[in-house]
Amino acid sequence: MAHVISDLSKYVIVFFMAVYTLLCFFGMSEKEDEDKGWVYALQIISMFMVHFLGFAAICLETGDISYIIFYGFQQILLFATIALYRVIYPEVHRLIINNVCMLLTVGFLILTRISYEKSIKQFAIVTVSLIVGLFIPYLIKKMRFLKHLTWIYGMLGLLLLVAVAVLGAVTHGAKLSYSIAGVSFQPSEFVKILFVFFVAGMFKQSKVFLQVVITTVIAALHVLTLVFSKDLGSALIFFVTYLVMLYVATRKIYYILAGGAAGALAAFAAFSLFDHIQVRVIAWKDPWSHIVDEGYQITQSLFAIGTGGWYGMGIYQGNPTAIPYVEQDFIFSAIAEELGVIFAICMILICVSCFLTIMLIAMRLKEEFYRYIAVGIGMVYITQVFLTIGGGTRFIPLTGVTLPLVSYGGSSVLATIIMFCIVQGLYCVREQEGIRNAKKAKQRKTIEQGEEE
Amino acid sequence: MLKKQNKEKPSNKVKKNNGMHNGEIIAVSVCVVGLMLAMIWNIIDYMLHEKEEAINNSFNPRQELLASQNIRGTIYSADGDVLAKTMVAEDGTEQRYYPYANLFAHVVGYSTKGKTGIEYSENMKMITSHASLSNKIQNELNAEKNIGDSVITTLDVSLQQKAYEALGVYSGVIVMTEPSTGKILAMVSKPDYDPNEIATIWEDLVQDESSSVLLNRATQGMYPPGSTFKIVTALEYYRENEGDVSSYHYQCGGKFSKDGSSIRCYHGQNHGGVDFERSFAKSCNSSFANIGTTFDITSFRNTCNDLLFNTELKMEIPSKQSSFSLSVSDGSDAVMQTAIGQGKTQISPMHLNMITSAIANGGVCMTPYVVDRIESATGSVVKQNAPSQEKVMMTKEEADFLSEMMTSVVTSGTASKLDGLSYTAAGKTGSAEFSQNKEDSHAWFTGFAPVEDPQVCVTVIVESAGSGGDYAVPIAKRVLDEFFGKN
Repeated sequence: MAHVISDLSKYVIVFFMAVYTLLCFFGMSEKEDEDKGWVYALQIISMFMVHFLGFAAICLETGDISYIIFYGFQQILLFATIALYRVIYPEVHRLIINNVCMLLTVGFLILTRISYEKSIKQFAIVTVSLIVGLFIPYLIKKMRFLKHLTWIYGMLGLLLLVAVAVLGAVTHGAKLSYSIAGVSFQPSEFVKILFVFFVAGMFKQSKVFLQVVITTVIAALHVLTLVFSKDLGSALIFFVTYLVMLYVATRKIYYILAGGAAGALAAFAAFSLFDHIQVRVIAWKDPWSHIVDEGYQITQSLFAIGTGGWYGMGIYQGNPTAIPYVEQDFIFSAIAEELGVIFAICMILICVSCFLTIMLIAMRLKEEFYRYIAVGIGMVYITQVFLTIGGGTRFIPLTGVTLPLVSYGGSSVLATIIMFCIVQGLYCVREQEGIRNAKKAKQRKTIEQGEEE
Repeated sequence: MLKKQNKEKPSNKVKKNNGMHNGEIIAVSVCVVGLMLAMIWNIIDYMLHEKEEAINNSFNPRQELLASQNIRGTIYSADGDVLAKTMVAEDGTEQRYYPYANLFAHVVGYSTKGKTGIEYSENMKMITSHASLSNKIQNELNAEKNIGDSVITTLDVSLQQKAYEALGVYSGVIVMTEPSTGKILAMVSKPDYDPNEIATIWEDLVQDESSSVLLNRATQGMYPPGSTFKIVTALEYYRENEGDVSSYHYQCGGKFSKDGSSIRCYHGQNHGGVDFERSFAKSCNSSFANIGTTFDITSFRNTCNDLLFNTELKMEIPSKQSSFSLSVSDGSDAVMQTAIGQGKTQISPMHLNMITSAIANGGVCMTPYVVDRIESATGSVVKQNAPSQEKVMMTKEEADFLSEMMTSVVTSGTASKLDGLSYTAAGKTGSAEFSQNKEDSHAWFTGFAPVEDPQVCVTVIVESAGSGGDYAVPIAKRVLDEFFGKN
């Protein structure tokens, strides 16, 4: 009986996920928050249902009640997050908070299923991250001097990356992480933030050609260091983010074209030079002929997605652990396998809604520095989403990056939460600006009316 | 639409108010959203078009998982006879049982020691269960496994039996299809084996390389087409002469020579003066070698490509592609040999059957299929396969012309054993030489009936038997009699 119930629950989970996703796009409209209260409330209910049904299925399938306690803690964390952020920052963007919580929920669910131990670790890190994140909007609002530290961001970031390249432990052929007191720490995740601040600061100062050249050189150094560390995914994220920030700041299309051309040349050179890149391209072009070696990961991922079907095989009914590094690079495939392709596509749309919300916020920001930061963070986020999901579904070659907020990985989740909290901070700043502007506009209006009379 | 307006309005306002430029951000956002949608589309496309083939792969560990959760489904003939079934013993051990033993060996296949045939192509379906909810609950309460979905094939047991008997002790193939749909009614490949015994006879079968017992000759056997290829040559001649073959005349002296090489008629026959139709009906090698020398080789190649030579077939049963390798640089000898179906050309019986079906079906070749539908264990249809078009191989006029030619083969040619029956038939015989010893040849026949409204298309090859007219035509007659005797 238990099995039949958990089997049926998957359809209901898909339903609530779809409802949530649909609401995301209502939530993005420019209406005042008060008018959208019902949207957010419904989202929270849907999120609760997905979370509840998911864990109910886990308990039913495993017959292990101890998951209920874990579920309880998660529930407390999610509701506390939603409540605390709103109480402390009344002007907070509620859709972003909801989306962060939803993605975390999906992550908890699938990680618990894949590895209980890892999911507990992840939970601890998420808790710490959310507490850290709570201070960030405040700091953004108060620390106006942040925009003057441009070179500190650039140099610190570069230093960290070089240090990783030289000293870091070798993991999976790519030098990605340090180990500090037993906790492995991946600096490139945090350097992304520093990098965005650096570029924003540079372009805030000036957009003359010389400034562009200097910024480009530093950005290129970042990218090259990452390529040297064999961290191709991060290198691509930095590259794309820089190009877009450059374009938005200078408003010159030929920069993006020239950058794109240079990138293509560099990619071709890298392809000719490095074996590990060729392997990935081969695995992407024809995984079926290399199913035992180069194509193993990607074909396992495609099996998972395909076998799962539109509605998934149900939690604990699939075989996601057959994919190497499933909890990091292939979390999307695990989700598609057990929760269904529809669910997984909904998740992509939630990521897109996060990105669009950040871009909408960027468009409303008057201060260039903040504006560029918002654009940069939006690009870092969505590029990472694109690389990981595109790689796992054979849309593009694999680059081995994690799905922000969903995949297992402490550095990634902490850095992503910080990024989203920075955006929240920017949004709060805008709200303040907005309130001031509204007042000014009102005054102007009354004056104009007075003149007309 | 409404939403979009809502979004744009305020941003325009912002532009005016603050002098902010959002064009770039909007452009970037649009590009990113476009890319993300393309990525989603790629997933949907994979799910719709590639998934089924992809996941039915022995490297997919989920197959074992599903197989352990569900009892493998049953395979049925078109009229509901069990062709393969999993028997569960008292102690829970499962065994696959094939009631007809050798009869359906190749087409149904086996599922231990690897998988072949339908057992291979429909593997995922049979280990997935779409049983009704109440059934699943009941199974769970009784601590029993769910039963996987059943495969209902298009195969006809009595036709298969007749074909199996008709082929007798010979090695060879009989394929029967319905030209208007592509349904495979019977498919016999010999030598065969008993799939019930596969575990015990496996070692012997694998070691015995000479007779290739495990090979499904119908789809994977590569044979020289012999005179059946004259269908293709005739089509090419018809095309090159814009449909007018009436002016053709040839004086057969039993031998045609050009550039130092010569072609002889079968068993040294001498056909005398022949027109095009008579050349075809009597299968005159000399005349067809003569025709071949007039061809534009590029055009000949194109015609063969139209007929799916050198092309992978779409059908679900694993098949090999036929090859036609004549090139412009080849000399007269190769051209003449190719025109009469010797030379390097290789064809599978299934492919020849498809070409014949296209002629019977007004030029349209339907994709042959053997699975009619998938049903859940409780009898509801999970998936119904519809006939699909493989390719338009030729025009209606061309098909009618070839049909006429093939009718003359029966009425006044090499397949006269099919003349004067209760049904009309059309076809082409062949005696394909496959070794240096000219006496040894494979006997071919491919044809359809009735001519006015073709309902069945049959292709026969009898290995090392002799001439098509003597050995393949009588076998075709037996299975056609069975088909029409019943309907």
